[in-house]
Amino acid sequence: MTISRPLLIAGLIALTLAAAIGSILFGPVHLSLARMIAAFTGHGDRIATTILLELRLPRMLLGLGVGAMLGLAGAALQGYLRNPLAEPSVLGTSNAASLGAVAALYFGLAALHPVVLPVLAVLGALLSLAGLSALAGRSESPLTLILAGIAIATLATAGVSLALNLSPNPFAAMEIMTWLLGSLENRSFEHVWIAYPCIAIGGLLLLWDGRALDALTLGEDGAQALGVDLRRTRIRLLLGTAIGVGGAVAVSGAIGFIGLIVPHLVRPLTDRSPSAILVPSAIGGAALLTFADVAVRLIDTRNELKLGVVTAFLGVPVFLIHLMRERRLW
Amino acid sequence: MVSISLEQVGVSLGRRTVVRNASATFRAGTLAGIVGPNGAGKSTLARAMLALVPHIGRILVDDAEVATMPRAELARRVAYLPQGQTLHWPLTVERLVELGRLPHLAPMSRIGDADGAAIERAIARADIAALRERVATELSGGERARVLLARALAVEAPALIADEPLASLDPGHQIDVMELLHGEARAGALVIAVLHDLTMAARYCDRLVLIDRGTIVADGTPAEVLTPANLKSVYGIDARVELAGDWPTVTALGRSR
Repeated sequence: MTISRPLLIAGLIALTLAAAIGSILFGPVHLSLARMIAAFTGHGDRIATTILLELRLPRMLLGLGVGAMLGLAGAALQGYLRNPLAEPSVLGTSNAASLGAVAALYFGLAALHPVVLPVLAVLGALLSLAGLSALAGRSESPLTLILAGIAIATLATAGVSLALNLSPNPFAAMEIMTWLLGSLENRSFEHVWIAYPCIAIGGLLLLWDGRALDALTLGEDGAQALGVDLRRTRIRLLLGTAIGVGGAVAVSGAIGFIGLIVPHLVRPLTDRSPSAILVPSAIGGAALLTFADVAVRLIDTRNELKLGVVTAFLGVPVFLIHLMRERRLW
Repeated sequence: MVSISLEQVGVSLGRRTVVRNASATFRAGTLAGIVGPNGAGKSTLARAMLALVPHIGRILVDDAEVATMPRAELARRVAYLPQGQTLHWPLTVERLVELGRLPHLAPMSRIGDADGAAIERAIARADIAALRERVATELSGGERARVLLARALAVEAPALIADEPLASLDPGHQIDVMELLHGEARAGALVIAVLHDLTMAARYCDRLVLIDRGTIVADGTPAEVLTPANLKSVYGIDARVELAGDWPTVTALGRSR
């Protein structure tokens, strides 16, 4: 069911706005609308102002930014690799970012300053890019890149497991596990200032090659014969993913499935060309992750529910629907 | 008036030399066929002309070397119809033909009026207006071949290289595609097609280049190239070659002993 692009974008923006408003309205502490308006206009009490401006506002901004980046990166990678199952972790980027963050927790560096963990996570993502380039070489084959990505992801996951295995005490292991489950809780504007520049640079790099992704529909020879410089396209795509997803994962922890499911959700509403799903996937990712983050706050559980757990559960029905369609059961 | 010149071109893939010392010049207004047995190096030679594989020697489009020409510039001068009909995403026919305008567009720019007009001309020339809303991956082989050809025509390049455009097409669709390529050449374009069907090649091409194990062994009109002796030495077959009208028809009689 293809719908017009302006209508699709407008609908997704409306959804994202609803998610953003929900993210401001809901939290463990109930705030009346009057207190919120007063806080936003500079006349509120200290508690309301702190909750809204220092906790919920950065959390909302991070939900939007991280979700947009994961959705966009998933859409760009699916187009580049011509594989509907591709997502940021297929290149090992998010795993390497996780390893960087886990190293910060393991060696106690995260306690030095709040920015140490995200910075190490971004560094991990950039290092994975160097490893990926070295392993994949000059080959433009998507299979080579996927194999190199799996090698990087496996290595990074092994490193995380090793950190858990050798963690000096149960609290350190718990801290690492908690981070790995992914969350936007207790994030501040410091995290926003770390994530947003990375997301902006990564996003621009990924949006640049929309037409090249379309051309790859015809295969590598077909795309090159249409004037696409595949080497440059690949460099921009890998850099964009490493910087953008690295910056996002650095502040949110490992959040899976957004990059995988959002392109699948928006693709049927577009003309299915890779470039047509980039922007809708970014907006859709922002909406979905922010809604998931609101759900985390609304679902009453004994222990705090983590965002990465909710997004993982969201992935299941989407793929069941695709499976049923593939088997012509629906 | 576009021309493509090969000067002692060689291509190696890995350690294997696939094309050796190939020299030829192709000029505008010609439909040239590259023929030869499987693995002879036909497609590799075509890909070298588009700088898709590294080569030694010189390949010139007009007076510019393809090896150093910016990709978009080469794409505006030489359109390419790759071998096979693989499409990785289920695009509509119109969207697919639109891809042909890519060499003329800046990144993140929109399709302009001139591009729209070129797309319409390509759709009309390939006679696929009735298919424009259809999803390209759901078309029959013959329909898809015409759509992919329209995509290549939408580039509106002065030269077109088509790699096995008749593969897996029935005789009717083969004639449709060859008529279209022939029409492009008559309208002033340079068309180079890699072909397996020798009778089709003889029927429509102005000139044939016969390749054997990477070397050009014959170059001339179909009647000059498709001789029983050439067919025996290159394909290893005994063949009867008869003139049907102005062009030769080839009937393979069996493996030569």
